[in-house]
Amino acid sequence: MGQDSELAIDLRGVSKAFGPVQANKNIFMPIRRNSIHGIVGENGAGKSTLMSILYGFYHADSGEIFVNGTKVQIKDSSHALELGIGMVHQHFMLVDNFTVLENIILGAEGGFLLAKSLKAARSEMERLARDYGLEVDPDALVEDLSVGQQQRVEILKALYRGAEVLILDEPTGVLTPTEADHLFKIFEQLHAQGKTIILITHKLREIMAITDSVSVMRRGEIVTTLKTSETSPDNLAELMVGRRVEMDAQKTSGDPQKKVLEVKGLSVTDELGVPRVKNVSFDVRAGEIVGIAGVAGNGQSQLLEVISGMTEPLLGEIWINGKRVEFEGAKTAAKMRHLGLAHVPEDRLKTGLVAQFEEWENSILGYSEEPKYGAGQILSHKAAREEADQRIEKFDIRPPNCRLKTANFSGGNQQKIVLAREMDRELDVLIVGQPTRGVDIGAIEFIHKQIIAMRDAGKAVLLVSVELDEIRALSDRVLVMFDGKIVTELTPEASEREFGLSMAGVDPHEEESTPVATGKVSAGAKEGVR
Amino acid sequence: MRAQKPLPRWVDIALMPALNVALAFVVGGLAVAAVGEDPFRAMQVLIFGAFGYGEGWGFTLHFATSFVFTGLAVAVAYHAGLFNIGGEGQAYVAGLGAIMVALWLDQTHWVFVLVGSTLAAMTFGAIWAMIPGYLQAKRGSHIVITTIMFNFIASAFMSYMLAQVITRPGANAETETIAETGRLPLLSEYFSAFTYSPLNITFFIGILALIFVYVLIWRTKLGYQIRTLGANPEAARYAGISAVAIIIIVMAISGALAGLMAVNEAVGVQKRLGVGYVQGFGFVGIAVAFMGRAHPIGIALAALLFGALYQGGQELAFVMPSVSSDLVVVIQALVILFTGAMSEMFKPVLLRLFNRGNGEPEPAGD
Amino acid sequence: MNFFSDIILMLDSSVRLAVPILLAALAGLYSERSGIVDIGLEGKMLGAAFAAAAVAAVTGSPWLGLLAAIAVSSFMAMIHAIASINMRGNQIISGVALNFLALGATVFVGHSWFKRGGSTPNLSTEARFSPIELPFAEQLGGIPIVGEIYEQLISGHNLIVYVAFLAVPVTAWVLFRTRFGLRLRAVGENPKALDTAGISVTRLRYQALIIGGILCGLAGAYLSTGQGASFSDNMTAGRGFIALAALIFAKWKPVPVLWTCLLFGVLSAAQIRLQGVEFPLIGEVPVQAIQALPYILTVILLAGFIGRSVAPKAVGQPYIKER
Repeated sequence: MGQDSELAIDLRGVSKAFGPVQANKNIFMPIRRNSIHGIVGENGAGKSTLMSILYGFYHADSGEIFVNGTKVQIKDSSHALELGIGMVHQHFMLVDNFTVLENIILGAEGGFLLAKSLKAARSEMERLARDYGLEVDPDALVEDLSVGQQQRVEILKALYRGAEVLILDEPTGVLTPTEADHLFKIFEQLHAQGKTIILITHKLREIMAITDSVSVMRRGEIVTTLKTSETSPDNLAELMVGRRVEMDAQKTSGDPQKKVLEVKGLSVTDELGVPRVKNVSFDVRAGEIVGIAGVAGNGQSQLLEVISGMTEPLLGEIWINGKRVEFEGAKTAAKMRHLGLAHVPEDRLKTGLVAQFEEWENSILGYSEEPKYGAGQILSHKAAREEADQRIEKFDIRPPNCRLKTANFSGGNQQKIVLAREMDRELDVLIVGQPTRGVDIGAIEFIHKQIIAMRDAGKAVLLVSVELDEIRALSDRVLVMFDGKIVTELTPEASEREFGLSMAGVDPHEEESTPVATGKVSAGAKEGVR
Repeated sequence: MRAQKPLPRWVDIALMPALNVALAFVVGGLAVAAVGEDPFRAMQVLIFGAFGYGEGWGFTLHFATSFVFTGLAVAVAYHAGLFNIGGEGQAYVAGLGAIMVALWLDQTHWVFVLVGSTLAAMTFGAIWAMIPGYLQAKRGSHIVITTIMFNFIASAFMSYMLAQVITRPGANAETETIAETGRLPLLSEYFSAFTYSPLNITFFIGILALIFVYVLIWRTKLGYQIRTLGANPEAARYAGISAVAIIIIVMAISGALAGLMAVNEAVGVQKRLGVGYVQGFGFVGIAVAFMGRAHPIGIALAALLFGALYQGGQELAFVMPSVSSDLVVVIQALVILFTGAMSEMFKPVLLRLFNRGNGEPEPAGD
Repeated sequence: MNFFSDIILMLDSSVRLAVPILLAALAGLYSERSGIVDIGLEGKMLGAAFAAAAVAAVTGSPWLGLLAAIAVSSFMAMIHAIASINMRGNQIISGVALNFLALGATVFVGHSWFKRGGSTPNLSTEARFSPIELPFAEQLGGIPIVGEIYEQLISGHNLIVYVAFLAVPVTAWVLFRTRFGLRLRAVGENPKALDTAGISVTRLRYQALIIGGILCGLAGAYLSTGQGASFSDNMTAGRGFIALAALIFAKWKPVPVLWTCLLFGVLSAAQIRLQGVEFPLIGEVPVQAIQALPYILTVILLAGFIGRSVAPKAVGQPYIKER
């Protein structure tokens, strides 16, 4: 009787709290069988939590879940799989040194001995590959596969377990546009074979292109559920953030002066010897913001690390204020600061802060050797705390207490601690990575204003972000990176098409030229998932 | 959960460790009861043995001095994110340097012996610890495994040295004895209350070492860098701190501190070096460091507690023949287990207690 | 001929010396493959050795002794499991604590039970695991080389020796040919992959630690009721750490573990035999140098001077389910 239901999934009043944080509030979400349903929302809107509940990874505090019209209590992930619900996580859940086949049977072996299970899986895999266009070498080690291929393994895993409903969490975040296209073709095949797909994303373009219906989430709640054909990107964006977004940070045109940062023929390899940055040259002048756009994992992170002195380049030179920087191991990052370079790293908790430190201790990270924090080896707590207090006031860091553990500040305030430290000093170059990742809207505006203020004060600013809107709103010039190279330079006003092409490795200025790489994923893109 | 109200500071740094230590003693007490003795009387005997009279105090403080050194050694490394299990071997090898210098200078004056053997002990200990440090920093070997291996290598090396190289003819693997003129003064010479206890001038070096470590870790820029590296190596890289340099320096300091035990025990008391003189005190340092939360004040208290255990334990074994002094090792193990590996055992309970009225707190794992 | 039987004799004692290390190293293999560091092999073995000797001494049965050994060792493994799996504590610290616990508790309990300063009474032959003559050993012993090897080297060990050597192919089979092995290897590399596939990480790690407990139990029982005839203070004397070294040396693989343990066994045997022997050119080799050799080799290997030994990726990290 349950099979008669038109709904594959029906969530009725689902709520989930983590301590005092209400991650999901009274969620109602009906999803029709054999539809492609999108869920959009900002970071932290509760999309992933909701899907983790559906996948049995968490338990809802209250509410009901119906699968094919039958009320169920999803105990754990294996139960969800039994109910035909499969999930492809944003970060792949694969064992790197296992073969594709081993990964596929893991947890669904179907017998004590492996030989039989592997044999059965192999023929099943061939069938799935045929039906859905999911070709992967079953005997390849996962660590040797590209990101796109690894994602196919994840989808295969779910299908092998008999998934009828497939949840995909931000599946295109690490893919090149070509790979994303391939993924959408797979979606079409899945759709044609009667599967239901739930697509979590924050990219409105994808929602418009592929889904039948869409739910918008904000702060743990469903704002609305619409037919995709009855909405528009502008409309969705507004629903997502709750008001019209002012992505155009009020900014006058810049007044570029002399070259402050010069990058010449820079090449970088990672610890495995894989080239990440390939012969990159550009410069940043005083009083301008140069943005670096691109899909995550195309060498931007490595570029930032080299310019900030954290890693050494294979080839090439960096000049600051007309002086060439000598690289001398781990100390180079400290030296860069002496030369007037400040660095807001991409990942503040991983790189830019020590979570266990008190706020004031993080306020001197990277600058502790400076004489103003004490003569010689002495560390003056007093001097450091006084300065930290001033910065707390200047940057409106809350709560205003420099003795508080950094882990106890919110994401936006942690980012402000880093910004305050890097901006509130004598500097010539500011390099900023993903300044607003995981930061709430209010703080985003503040941070954007600060970055523009730096430019207006005559600093050279290099901005790296995977949020194209952010790059376009802030930059005076935009460089697009793909596969470790700078494909082209665009103005922020360039068209969507120009950005799209160049982010896929095609220089829109060279008419209809061949793509830099077709289909095959760059080594850089692969790194993004790790 | 992050957003939950954190525990008050005093609960975190004092109450929780105290509860963990108390639990270790309760289990120890149960063990005493299990062998048919009265745990409360055992406790009395133990406390009296450790603190009841001058000589007991002297022994307690003497043991505590050694534990301060080995405890600080573990703590300093721990601040840099390194687990130095090699204190035992470092103290052992340091004994070689200390005794060689002491025997060389023992015809002069004890002051020269003290200064000379202190420097030698620190140097030898530092070198023995720097090798694993170097291997971790430069070659990526895991410091825990390497320091364990180095304990055994030290043991083999030292038994060779004591049996073949600096041995006293006719003796079974031990060195000559330090001459009368070069012996470190016992505190009982100045404070008669300590009577026959081995407490000696090295006690003051112990106090200096505690102060030194406090200043180093919290009041110097090097200490700041050490703590940054220990808490977040990626942030240290970002800050331009050389992990290689810090690891090697920290291990050298750690080994030097462990090495100081040789001055207290070999030069100060035994006045010669014999096989296995460290007697596991290097490992006691692990318990002391964890119980003391790697802070000098905590370490001083923990070292005192373990000094009392070692001294009182011997008294206990004497008074209650069915309780062996190995009870101390059991309690030591339980202290390491409860304050080190299960340190957050009481946290869920305490969180619930302190968050009462603020709604149900999130259980430890979500 | 004399030389040949010398070699056989030495190999025979190498095998005997390798057994406890082999069992402990295999115990470590299960544990570390599941992602749990096992510094506490030494302590589990020591606790087991005491339990075996004490129970065998009281009951006169080596089997009850073995059972007690396994029980004690598994109990200690469970303490480790609670600390490192449930409480997500530091696995190294927990292992260190277990080593001391065994060191202190065995003597403390032994002292109170037997009043011999921590040792247990000497066991009679019936209370020990006695050598097993393999079929036709005597008859085949006459055949040169093959027969001699069969009679003197392969036959005539006690049961635990055969169990230990059998445990190697069994472990290899379990690890690479069974569902349990696949999951075990996966959980040490990427526990999240298993968790999201609906397999309990906790349960799998508990299973691995229990197996480790049983194997350490066997190792301990072998020391005090097979190879030896009583328990004495700290009788494992660092074998648990040698086993750890062997495990690293063998890159966490079962068959190489066997070879490494045999090599370390040969080194221990040689150390006894080479005492005072003058070598051409280098003269007398100090016993201590041979003693230290396994440790030195491990340090060199870990430093990457001869190949590289890479641990399971998730080893030592508590598994925390994230949001």
